[in-house]
Amino acid sequence: MENVIQQILNGISLGSIYALIALGYTMVYGILRLINFAHGDIYMMGAFLGYFALGLWNFSFPIGLLFAMGGAAVLGIIIERFAYRPLRLAPRISLLITAIGVSFLLENLMVLWVGASPRPFPQKIPLQIYFIGDIVVTNRQIIIVLVSITLMFLLQFIVLKTKVGKAMRAVSFDKETALMMGIDIDKVISLTFAIGSSLAAAAGVLVGLYFNKIDPYMGVMPGLKAFVAAVLGGIGIIPGAMLGGFILGIAEVLVSAFISSTVRDAVAFVILILILLIRPSGILGKYMREKV
Amino acid sequence: MRILEVSNLSCAFGGLMAVANLDFYVEEKEILGIIGPNGAGKTTVFNLITGFYPPLRGEIIFKGKNIERLKPYEITRLGIARTFQNPRLFKQLTVMDNVRIAMHKVHNVHILDTLLRGSKFLEEEKIQEEKAREILEFFHLYERRDEIAQNLPYGEQRRLEIARAMATNPILLLLDEPAAGMNPYEAKELINLISYIRDKFNITIILIEHHMEVVMEICERIIVLDYGMKIAEGKPEEIRNNPKVIEAYLGREEESVIS
Amino acid sequence: MKRNYLLLILIIIFLVYLGRLARGLNPYFYQILVFWGINSILAMSLNLINGFAGQFSIGHAGFMAVGGYFSSALSVYHGERFISLLNFLPLNIAQIVVFFVFLLLGGLFSAILGLIVGIPTLRLKGDYLAIATLGFGEIVRVTILNLDIVGGPRGFPGIPQRTDLSWVIFWFIICLLVIRNIIFSSHGRAIISIREDEIASETMGINTTFYKVLAFIIGAFFAGIAGGLFAHYLMMLHPSSFTFFRSVEILLMIVLGGMGSITGSILGAFILTVLPEALRGFTYLRLVIYSIILIGIMLLRPQGIMGGKEFSPLIIKKIYARVKENENTRSK
Ligand SMILES: Nc1ncnc2c1ncn2[C@@H]1O[C@H](COP(=O)(O)OP(=O)(O)OP(=O)(O)O)[C@@H](O)[C@H]1O
Ligand SMILES: [Mg+2]
Repeated sequence: MENVIQQILNGISLGSIYALIALGYTMVYGILRLINFAHGDIYMMGAFLGYFALGLWNFSFPIGLLFAMGGAAVLGIIIERFAYRPLRLAPRISLLITAIGVSFLLENLMVLWVGASPRPFPQKIPLQIYFIGDIVVTNRQIIIVLVSITLMFLLQFIVLKTKVGKAMRAVSFDKETALMMGIDIDKVISLTFAIGSSLAAAAGVLVGLYFNKIDPYMGVMPGLKAFVAAVLGGIGIIPGAMLGGFILGIAEVLVSAFISSTVRDAVAFVILILILLIRPSGILGKYMREKV
Repeated sequence: MRILEVSNLSCAFGGLMAVANLDFYVEEKEILGIIGPNGAGKTTVFNLITGFYPPLRGEIIFKGKNIERLKPYEITRLGIARTFQNPRLFKQLTVMDNVRIAMHKVHNVHILDTLLRGSKFLEEEKIQEEKAREILEFFHLYERRDEIAQNLPYGEQRRLEIARAMATNPILLLLDEPAAGMNPYEAKELINLISYIRDKFNITIILIEHHMEVVMEICERIIVLDYGMKIAEGKPEEIRNNPKVIEAYLGREEESVIS
Repeated sequence: MKRNYLLLILIIIFLVYLGRLARGLNPYFYQILVFWGINSILAMSLNLINGFAGQFSIGHAGFMAVGGYFSSALSVYHGERFISLLNFLPLNIAQIVVFFVFLLLGGLFSAILGLIVGIPTLRLKGDYLAIATLGFGEIVRVTILNLDIVGGPRGFPGIPQRTDLSWVIFWFIICLLVIRNIIFSSHGRAIISIREDEIASETMGINTTFYKVLAFIIGAFFAGIAGGLFAHYLMMLHPSSFTFFRSVEILLMIVLGGMGSITGSILGAFILTVLPEALRGFTYLRLVIYSIILIGIMLLRPQGIMGGKEFSPLIIKKIYARVKENENTRSK
């Protein structure tokens, strides 16, 4: 029993990482109906920005985190501006292929630059271990969960309470009407990429802290899995992304603890195929029939 | 004989009843008009008949057979063809291919014969091309056969859509606002075409249309929808003077002025 | 009619014989030809799914892996037994027969998997399908990693070398003919109409689910065959050959050549076979260049080199005939 609780706690830490990445997917999908394949690589870039800030320039952890988030936001805006925007009217398939191209480009540019082998992440926060009965919790886990939840609440606040957030919701609901209401769609889309990217970067830095290892390909799997999390919760729905992230994190940790760690990477995809078959709109999503 | 009979048909989207307890029928060889203000549920009726939306409840009987649970392609094969409010041509393909695709169910050679390019295949290809030519000639599109569909002028695109629907060899043809976006002259031409099709191919037609002249001129009977319900039914002159119909249209007109 | 078949068979025999002769070539050059052929099969089969049926699948490496591992496992564990069963034949003929059957079984196994995966996932639209097929590819890879009988993460060595250029040419022609004959037929037009507008296609009386699944199965079959050829050429397999990168590489071939063009796929396969050779030693630079090409094409020429058209002497003849016909009608 303790073991199960222990694993669930570990799953929550992992899940909050997935949730942070999934938020970016969901926001971009909500607005552009695009699976931004490069999103996982922005998470990787975030981790490296954090690596430079903390390791090379010796920033403190919070400043390093903010730096990585800001840098990734700029990167997200640039990618959208130069790779996706020219294709906004093109067939969806072109957009998807471009996104795959951007993802490959980021990964391999990083390999050219820093090499493919993993690097240790600067450990700015000394590890502390707390015991609650037989259950082990580390301060890093606590930081991950706290930072993630804070960011998620911040995002909810922005989306629900601010003017930008309203504009974002309007654009994702109906682009034409939003345009007629005088909303600058390009700006809203840029902003969405900026916010989504900065959340992914935060996840990247937190993962560096947690697993102490980063490399240029680190974004591939978590990126795909976070997408699964977004679909699981209901794509385009912000609380859905969080829910999906936590469920996926916990499921994965439980499977690798109690079944086999080698099938761990398949869990997400099995969940994906199941959810698409049983409830394609996701847990919190509403079913929308295609208009004929 | 009633070729299509719809009873108690309903369909909802979220909380919105797009079609509510609708009853109507079509006689063989008749041209039935469906009119109503924007959002009245006309297109939804077509989508229900052709199997794109499952009905919430109610029955659709075509030639004595319940079709409300069938898939769209099965319904086409039974003999119901349709056009769309916004033309849905195979835009990147030629005019000829657009029509030939519609003949798919009529001419279908076994896949093995196709792979081996057997004599049956070659024969059928020839027959198909011949029939496609006939149809294109009938619709005055044969000259355009190698043109890419999306490069046709708008009026011809609409004509091609009807041609393509006819190529499926229907008994019942559903036309969703075929005259939309046409000038009076083109609309007039279309009226002639529609009645001509009916007589020449001996089919039944249901027509959704906003151009009142079109509807009044060629429909033998009209039903009027408003908020998914049938508010009137009758001959064109009866509909023209029906106060309920006038109110439905006028009431909505004011709203549309505001928005 | 009969004469056409005969001609075709003669051409195939001639080309396969050419493959024999090519053994005298420089081995490096020979290998490039083999890989070009295998890549062409992969690209043409993916093009049927993506370019013609318009279903965005990015799990092709998964099908390749399934066919490759399955036929290799047969060769490694049952090859000798089946060859000795055919001891009334000369040894090399027996080897050919057994290899052919195993390759076919690999393709069929992959096709069956295509059916099982296709039926549920092809209900999904565009990007969801992409992710589902990607997920499928990953599930295949993880499964292989956990299958001890085929070596798991260590790789699967000891596969007999059976593939040569003749085999590749043979399957290349079969694949080309099958896909071409389907595309230029009523069935093919049905498949293409799904890409153009699925709802309209359904309205034309086309069972779109059937045709999507059909395209998927045929694509999976040939990917499986390509996997088998690949395995029996290299004599060993490794799960790392079948990652998402491999799927993207195949995707790149058809994007480059042009979605919906069979000859484009062959051209794209050629470029992606030769390019890595030109960039040998610059692995990562190569991948960077791949990505730039991918993005560049989408931004500048999304229809690819061939732009959905075919290059073939037949087409030229057809156009010529059309022109003639028009002239005739005009002169009348
Ligand atoms: N797939 C759908 N999802 C949600 N709502 C829908 C869907 N299809 C139709 N509706 C709604 O159902 C109502 C009826 O729509 P319908 O298209 O049938 O109207 P219509 O009479 O054809 O109008 P118009 O004259 O504008 O074509 C509308 O309010 C429409 O918004
Ligand atoms: Mg309508």
